[in-house]
Amino acid sequence: MTEKTPKSGAARRQFIFDSAKMVCGMGMLGLGLGLYAKQSKALPALALRPPGALPEDDFLGACIRCGMCVRDCPYNTLELAKPETPVATGTPFFNARNIPCEMCEDIPCIKACPTGALDHSLTDINKAKMGVAVLIDHETCLNFLGLRCDVCYRVCPVIDKAITLDMVPNARTGRHAMFLPTVHSEHCTGCGKCEKSCVLEEAAIRILPPKLAKGELGKHYRLGWDEKSKAGKSLIDESKMVDLPDRVPEGAVLPGHYDPASGQTEAMRGMPGSQAGAIPSLPPGLGGKP
Amino acid sequence: MSAAKHKRIGAEAVEEKGWLRAHKWLILRRMSQFSILALFMLGPWFGQWIVKGNLAYSYTLDVLPLTDPYVALQSMAAGHLPETLGLIGLAIVLVFYLLVGGRVYCSWVCPVNIVTDAAGWLRNRIGIKGSSQLGRNTRYWILGMTIVGSAVSGVVLWELINPVSMLHRGLIFGMGMAWTVVLVVFLFDLFVTSRGWCGRLCPVGAFYSLIGRWSPVRVSAPKRTACNDCMDCFEVCPEPQVIRPALKGEGKGIGPVILSPNCTNCGRCIDVCSKDVFTFGMRFNNPVSTAQPAVVRTETN
Repeated sequence: MTEKTPKSGAARRQFIFDSAKMVCGMGMLGLGLGLYAKQSKALPALALRPPGALPEDDFLGACIRCGMCVRDCPYNTLELAKPETPVATGTPFFNARNIPCEMCEDIPCIKACPTGALDHSLTDINKAKMGVAVLIDHETCLNFLGLRCDVCYRVCPVIDKAITLDMVPNARTGRHAMFLPTVHSEHCTGCGKCEKSCVLEEAAIRILPPKLAKGELGKHYRLGWDEKSKAGKSLIDESKMVDLPDRVPEGAVLPGHYDPASGQTEAMRGMPGSQAGAIPSLPPGLGGKP
Repeated sequence: MSAAKHKRIGAEAVEEKGWLRAHKWLILRRMSQFSILALFMLGPWFGQWIVKGNLAYSYTLDVLPLTDPYVALQSMAAGHLPETLGLIGLAIVLVFYLLVGGRVYCSWVCPVNIVTDAAGWLRNRIGIKGSSQLGRNTRYWILGMTIVGSAVSGVVLWELINPVSMLHRGLIFGMGMAWTVVLVVFLFDLFVTSRGWCGRLCPVGAFYSLIGRWSPVRVSAPKRTACNDCMDCFEVCPEPQVIRPALKGEGKGIGPVILSPNCTNCGRCIDVCSKDVFTFGMRFNNPVSTAQPAVVRTETN
């Protein structure tokens, strides 16, 4: 160490240069690989991970690319990404429009996983979150056109919870109803059966990663009706509420209209218009019953 | 001597011992590599699921889990521990290679070995000389980089580009464009650097060499005094630097056992030696001097 002979000095210099060469080389290789790794975390929106998959950031560190989940899937839903696939090489994924997840009750793919990449604590497939169905195109969805296709609703394994048909008047015809497939994200597992079975050339309903599909309320937002039901009563004294009478066209009957200033208060909320009565207190000069 | 120079590697051994004995370990090794591959292929090709998975992790007959320790280590560096079966498989593989020599994985299991052996053979047949400078320690630097890189990026880093798993996974689960990566490895070994991939770059082999650092099963040169300096073993060896101390250490007080962890226990030196200098043995049986023929008798097996 403390020798100062020219020979050991030259050897030390050589050692330092050699090490520097390697460190630089590895730095370059590592940087390239690291950037590639960062890119590979950007999973394409339509590539879905198996049930119980960790968030993408963690998944790529936990998955060892063995393909056991692929093997134990009875429906050949899963495949391992090839190098040219825009999914991290060797990791399992599925495309719902090709083969959706059949939501096996015993979840064999998770059981087969030798790592924590698929969360083994997920034992109820209905709690899986592979993505969220989004009725992404209102212009082509047949139900939005006024037809009764309903296929996505019918095939949904969590029917009437994850997808409901919400009836609204068809303003175009003026005398029909539209039954709009409506996804409720808290129940949707993202299995993709709706996307698979959409009868259109391109599915109008698609499974997207929750991150893409969901909005997020401000943390400080409170929903008045939730707070009210939690408290068991209105949080404000409605009798002291300053409210102006609502202006409505003469003779109009608004079903379930709530207008404390006109005397239509809590009891009448949600009632059909005929029961709630016509507008009881019209501004002076507009009066008269229909 | 000049005539021998034009001879193929191992030609003398073939003359002396016959073709079969001069290729014994090579044949056994290819059988091992192809049988392991065949076991994996039985499922996807014939629906016989004896082995599921691939070299990263496999499950045999629903009883035997095997986990690749290098992939598992990267995953652990990224902050994730395998599940129970994964850990059991890890222990089994570690103990196995601890005993038989880590780089037995390279020469008896790894599918890329067939590719690089083919490149090495062709390189020799065509007579491509000259090699670009690339230290044999480079692989350890890459190994270190992949572990640190996995920890930093949170991704099992080497698996993004690992040609070993790409080839094996490709054969079992669908090749896609993975063959281009394998081709690059082949061409690299053929034209750029002799024994470049397995001998200088591959961190998988580097990792396995560390596991087998103290493994008891080793190639030994008990009859080294019979060596006629034909150089065939050096020519055929994928890691020729490991031979010299054992073969030429008689006068320097070095025993005949090849102790370098980078010896892959492939046994080709045993095959190509017409004087039967080499044999498989134990690392403990390593006398400083092998001049007495009496010692030679005890060395066999």
